[in-house]
Amino acid sequence: MRVVLEARPRPSHVAIWTAPLVATLATLCVGFVVFEAFGKNPLAAFDAFFVAPIANLYGIAELLLKASPLMLIATGLAIGYRANVWNIGAEGQLTLGAITGGTLALVFGDAWPAAALLPAMFIAGAVGGMLWAAIPAFLRTRFNANEILTSLMLVYVATLFLSWLVHGPLRDPQGYNFPQSKLFGDNAMLPILLPQTRLNASFALALAIVGVAWLFVRRHIVGFEMRVAGLSAGAATYAGISWRRTIWLGMLAGGACAGLAGVGEAAGPIGQLLPSMSPGYGFAAIIVAFVGRLHPLGIALASLLMSLLYLGGESAQVNLALPSAVTGLFQGTLLFFLLAADVLVNYRPRMVASAS
Amino acid sequence: METFAQIVVLTLAAGTPLVLAALGELVVEKSGVLNLGVEGMMLVGAIASFIVAAKTNAPWLGVAVGALAGALLSQIFAVIVLSLRANQVATGLALSLFGIGLSAFIGRPFMSVVIEGIKPLAIPGLSTLPVAGKLVFSHNPLVYLSIGLFLVVQWFLYKTRSGLVLRAVGESPQSANAVGYPVIAIRYAAVLFGGACAGLAGAFLAVAYTPSWVEGMTAGRGWIALALVVFASWKPWRVMVGAYLFGSVTLAQFQAQAAGVAVPSQLLAMLPYVATIVVLAIISRDATMIRLNAPASLGKPYHPE
Repeated sequence: MRVVLEARPRPSHVAIWTAPLVATLATLCVGFVVFEAFGKNPLAAFDAFFVAPIANLYGIAELLLKASPLMLIATGLAIGYRANVWNIGAEGQLTLGAITGGTLALVFGDAWPAAALLPAMFIAGAVGGMLWAAIPAFLRTRFNANEILTSLMLVYVATLFLSWLVHGPLRDPQGYNFPQSKLFGDNAMLPILLPQTRLNASFALALAIVGVAWLFVRRHIVGFEMRVAGLSAGAATYAGISWRRTIWLGMLAGGACAGLAGVGEAAGPIGQLLPSMSPGYGFAAIIVAFVGRLHPLGIALASLLMSLLYLGGESAQVNLALPSAVTGLFQGTLLFFLLAADVLVNYRPRMVASAS
Repeated sequence: METFAQIVVLTLAAGTPLVLAALGELVVEKSGVLNLGVEGMMLVGAIASFIVAAKTNAPWLGVAVGALAGALLSQIFAVIVLSLRANQVATGLALSLFGIGLSAFIGRPFMSVVIEGIKPLAIPGLSTLPVAGKLVFSHNPLVYLSIGLFLVVQWFLYKTRSGLVLRAVGESPQSANAVGYPVIAIRYAAVLFGGACAGLAGAFLAVAYTPSWVEGMTAGRGWIALALVVFASWKPWRVMVGAYLFGSVTLAQFQAQAAGVAVPSQLLAMLPYVATIVVLAIISRDATMIRLNAPASLGKPYHPE
């Protein structure tokens, strides 16, 4: 007897939505093994990792706070991914958004009221993110250069650029030579949604963008055309859908959302410019997009899961003396299991007698 | 002349991790598989080799374990992509993210550990010869290994029957299957080789080049290696040229910093990444050339039946 994969006549909808659950459960099993291997009582470790961080209102607020950039970026990336436009440089686009939005806050912070400054910062951030995403889009449409590699290389360039800024032109003169900018003024800080927590308006913005993206994909002709382009490039060309426009829109949507997320971090929990503005949200959002099935609702749920992994990692460092990098390990494992479980979307396993 | 020889030595060393990783990925891509996980496999190879070298004081054992770790990791990718038929781009990304996370997790206690790395050759009588001694006999042993690897890959791909079969699998898996070659098994082997090479590249960084462990110490070299394969239009000798060119760019950046050039170090450090982008754009411009040289089935899933 052996197992063969039999193609399904059409993709299984049950499998599409159960695969993320299976992947999550499998990741938990791996977590069990990891905790056991490091001599931690798995039950206590699970409690410290997944339960304790969100056991009170502050914890829930933190969960939503960290989910906001993930949700935002993944929503933007998914628009491109659906059309097979592989922007994996969101981390760099986030950095650029933080730089453009943050610079605005540092320069005009004293002069402008919050009602003008905050929207301007978000616009500047979105433009910054889009400019950074426009480079791979241009290189792809004009020179046919692979956007995966160019967008990723630009992550390193953006990080170095920010590092130069906070070591040089934007360094706080009163900052004891630390590589950091001045703290933003109060009028450049996002309003807090829940008193006594750090949850701020970027969460509301993220939800709004998710809604807009859903409408765009489902109800707008361009969204439809981009889905067609992703399903079959040939059919799209035949139908007169421009591949150039598909690439530009896919890249710019991701860049804009990542830029917004960068402003959300700078004007939210961080409140200044630092050499690093994100613990890898731009990369984790790639996983969120896939686990969320490139669907806005799925992305919203997946961003909560990924946010919990971040909180759990921090908690594990404090309470279990495990490196917080355990977060990255679980993130990668989750994506592996998801991609593996996805085989059941298009195939049915069947036992057959061994061919002799 | 001595300065020139010194520059050659440093350039070869800076290019070697790229040579190792890109030659491995070239063989993988020749079989029709695109593995974007090079960065992750390099990092895991680096930390695995570093841990073994630190615990046993045997850096060469570390190098072997580094290659083994890269090979093992590549097989996760192989199972998901080849047996479970997942999207190669997404799975490769997953492999990179997983490798970055795994290496950071297990590497944390080794951040400030000092080890005795693999030193450049010093052959009495030979290495001290004027110019030629420096040029020929004073490289790191792993640099010679990488050049040996180039010769083996070149010979294997173009002079052996197995190499021909591998290339046939990459061009047309259907035809290769029809003539009776086990397409999936051959691709598994190619991915395994690529993983070992990436692990070796990481090991070179961790136990010979620096030698130390820093989180994310590959600094994008895995991605640059992927770009190099395109730059080389899938030809091993051009991988070598490209890798050493990039090595010299990295080197120029350090030299300029050391010489106190009045450009901030962060802007100089952008050079290799910007160079990669520019080179990729120039080479990809000629779409026909890329189409003619890229393995025809690259990145496409293959379903036997």
